[in-house]
Amino acid sequence: MKYDRSAEAAPKRIGDHALRVEDRRFLSGKGRYTDDVVFPNQLYAAFVRSQHAHAEIKAIDTTEALRMPGVRGVFTGADLKADGVGAIPCIWEITCKDGSKMIEPDRYPLAISKVRHVGDAIAVVVADSEQTARLASRCVEVELEPLRAVVTVGDALAPGAPVVHEGTATNLCFDWSIGDHDKTERAFSSARHIVQLDLVNSRIIAHPMEPRAVNAQYHPAGSEFEIYTSSQNPHLVRMLLCHSVLHVPENKMRVVAPDVGGGFGVKCYVYPEEAVIPWLSRKMRSPVKWTADRSETFLSDAHARDHETHAELALDDDGRVLGLRVSTKANLGAYLSTWGPCIPTYLYAPMLSGQYQIPVIYAEVKGVFSNTLPVDAYRGAGRPEANYVVERLMDVAAAHLRMDRIELRKRNLISRNQMPYLTATGMTYDTGDFALCLTRALSAIDYDGFEQRRADARANGKLRGIGLSCYIEACGLSPSRLSGKIGSRIALYESGQVRLNPDGTATVFTGAHSHGQGHETAFAQIVSDMLCLPFEDIEVVHGDTARIAFGLGTYGSRSAAVGGSALAVSSRKVLEKGKHIAAHMLETTVDKVAFKDGIFSSSTTNKSFSIKEIARSAYIPHNFPLDNFEPGLDELSFYDPLNFTFPNGTQIAEVEIDPETGACEVCRFIAVDDFGVIINPMIVEGQVHGGLAQGIGQALLEHCRYDEETGQLLTGTFMDYCMPRASDLPSFEVSYHEQCPCTHNPLGVKGCGEAGTIGGTTTIMSAVVDSLKEFGVTHIDMPATPEKVWSTIRRSKDSPFQGQQR
Amino acid sequence: MSEKICVSMRVNGEPICRDVSHEMLLAEFIRNELRLTGLHVGCDTSQCGACTILMDGDAVKSCTIFAPLADGTSITTIEGVAETPAGRAVVTAFHECHGLQCGFCTPGFVLSVVELVTKTSSIDETEARQAVEGNICRCTGYHNIVRAIMQAQSELAGA
Repeated sequence: MKYDRSAEAAPKRIGDHALRVEDRRFLSGKGRYTDDVVFPNQLYAAFVRSQHAHAEIKAIDTTEALRMPGVRGVFTGADLKADGVGAIPCIWEITCKDGSKMIEPDRYPLAISKVRHVGDAIAVVVADSEQTARLASRCVEVELEPLRAVVTVGDALAPGAPVVHEGTATNLCFDWSIGDHDKTERAFSSARHIVQLDLVNSRIIAHPMEPRAVNAQYHPAGSEFEIYTSSQNPHLVRMLLCHSVLHVPENKMRVVAPDVGGGFGVKCYVYPEEAVIPWLSRKMRSPVKWTADRSETFLSDAHARDHETHAELALDDDGRVLGLRVSTKANLGAYLSTWGPCIPTYLYAPMLSGQYQIPVIYAEVKGVFSNTLPVDAYRGAGRPEANYVVERLMDVAAAHLRMDRIELRKRNLISRNQMPYLTATGMTYDTGDFALCLTRALSAIDYDGFEQRRADARANGKLRGIGLSCYIEACGLSPSRLSGKIGSRIALYESGQVRLNPDGTATVFTGAHSHGQGHETAFAQIVSDMLCLPFEDIEVVHGDTARIAFGLGTYGSRSAAVGGSALAVSSRKVLEKGKHIAAHMLETTVDKVAFKDGIFSSSTTNKSFSIKEIARSAYIPHNFPLDNFEPGLDELSFYDPLNFTFPNGTQIAEVEIDPETGACEVCRFIAVDDFGVIINPMIVEGQVHGGLAQGIGQALLEHCRYDEETGQLLTGTFMDYCMPRASDLPSFEVSYHEQCPCTHNPLGVKGCGEAGTIGGTTTIMSAVVDSLKEFGVTHIDMPATPEKVWSTIRRSKDSPFQGQQR
Repeated sequence: MSEKICVSMRVNGEPICRDVSHEMLLAEFIRNELRLTGLHVGCDTSQCGACTILMDGDAVKSCTIFAPLADGTSITTIEGVAETPAGRAVVTAFHECHGLQCGFCTPGFVLSVVELVTKTSSIDETEARQAVEGNICRCTGYHNIVRAIMQAQSELAGA
């Protein structure tokens, strides 16, 4: 369906396939990303990074670098510290199960005295050109005395392990739990069946295609910073830099996140470079820019996932789940990244109930420091890990009970008429019809016909498997009161401002940030819908602290549910004020004014005014009763959500494995989702496709690997880190239902950005294991690379291919 | 620094003549010297294809050659791609099929696809997926890019 752009067309509304307004600039080369910005007198920075995972800094000699033509300066952590530059804060504090607080070591923008991971920034060079800065950075001589490194959580927690942060006894950052330990123990002690599983959620890297970049200039006249940064969260960057790092007033810093080439979570933190570059611009009295190349993003972007988990499910003879017990060790890396400790705790364990009625749950999580890049959020952030645990357990339990996987799930699903449903981990699911998505997905893939397809594939020498994930996620982060109670140091509402201009066009300001999600289109649809203004007359502004009241950025599938809701509330306020203006102009009272199809009218008169006429009048209020209301038509709201939203659905896929090579082909992938109300189906489907690709990428291709002895990153380029390409993926069959809109926000939306990664990885791993079940395989760890699958087949005692290993 | 070499080429139809260092990559030349910032650089190992341009009609990763080697050629970047029927068809198809999200890989993808639909006809979806494996997109999952390729192909076949 194409969007009709003709002026005569009725205003387009929520639910339309509106084509994106942002495409025009991206398809003509007119996008403006951070690295595209060049200021007059632009200088360039390059970082000197550690080549050791763990070492003491003995000496830094900058002489040779400083001697190079074009080099303007070389600075170290000592220079920043002497200038009062503070550590980069973490915004979430975890309280351990014994009541103590997590260990929170300082993370200075440039390392001081010690480096703790390969890539840790030690010094920065400023030069006239990017090339000179890079060349000179290689001439800074850093004397490092290597220390023993720890990479895995197991090694980091082993007795006698070297500690990443001096002054701490161990590498344990926190030991946290959720749920009722004693009740869970009792449920397990009386259960007829207990199934257990050890699993790994592998370390991966988000890799948006635009490498991070920062360009800052300092205006001495007003003591003002102007910072361009490739960020999902410009107001947070400003808040943390001003408050904790550079100690400047927030009204003296403008942060702009212009066009941003993808984020997926990895750009919603404050990074060391975002502190160093503005500081340099003030120091040098000249604009300074830094742009990572891809190799540098591997060494400086936060990494993701990296869990080791032991999980147990207690069941009765009928397959009813009696309890869940989970113990996870989460690798936090060398420092606490901005959101780091929140991801493997509050974004993970509360979702372990999945779509199921589980009477008791107890989960404990140990957060562990290691000599690796900091680990933080990546699309899904904690919820894919939870989904993987509970769904793998359901598969394993079904095999143990010799029950069909679908039947076991159906017996335990929370039904629609149990909503709202309080889980054993304290989440209140407001709405959802899990069985509906499951039924539709089974029908779409012809589940009943699968065994025939498996047999056909086997006849062709292929191993075919089917796998699924019934997923649910907590999105729309998040109610401020609750967030504060569980350790957040910031709030998570969103701002939205709707300004009607005198000519009747609207400018809409959102604190959410679009880096591919199409907010300029979808948010215009929301306001178009509510104010009955033509879609083309609405401009959406985002990503600039100088233009937007405040914001908390885009991540956690929160933009529509929280940012969109703020715009809905502001639109209502605009209409409310419009009614006052209309009442005056119609010579009636406010309660007699109605707004319909863009027209304010009253039953008391046959006069009426369009919203555009009202807007014009609002700015020329010559005869208004100004003691009753002010001129202008410009409304701002801060929307604080009442609960999380709970997108959910079923994803189901079939794969075929070639036993000769171990290669796995994804033959079909079906997603049936419940995102509540859909604002733009085209954009929503695009979000699902992208998420699925990343989910499948983790299952089959992507893996961030370190040498476990030295802490060297082995996958440091796209030649070693396998990004999904078009030929690795199928076309996706995506559908949704809108029968269960979110009950607590004004739009009924739930969020769609992360669904694909939350269920995608699990679905493929389930299918891979199913394809190998004839060999007695019940579980393999991701990624299911050809080598791993091939070896698994050959190791299996039931395998006809046994013993052919070379 | 290093010796400069005079290079001339046509870029989006405009004659260009500049002195450049012999080690300057074509990608850097287009982006930094000509300020055609629609050309993006997404990696440093010639894996991602974001910097793909058309050189005499061939899709080329502009990070793989030095600027002086492009002397005498005719270059098309995203800024000039819509000047040809094939370019227009591909740009329109990407827009109508939602074949882009963040826009960063898009210029390279569009130019790869322009070459593809210009040099081939009636390829199927599987072939299309293989044909663009030199370009990485992290946003779209490729689903809508493949649809865009199919739409552009049939548009051009019908033209």
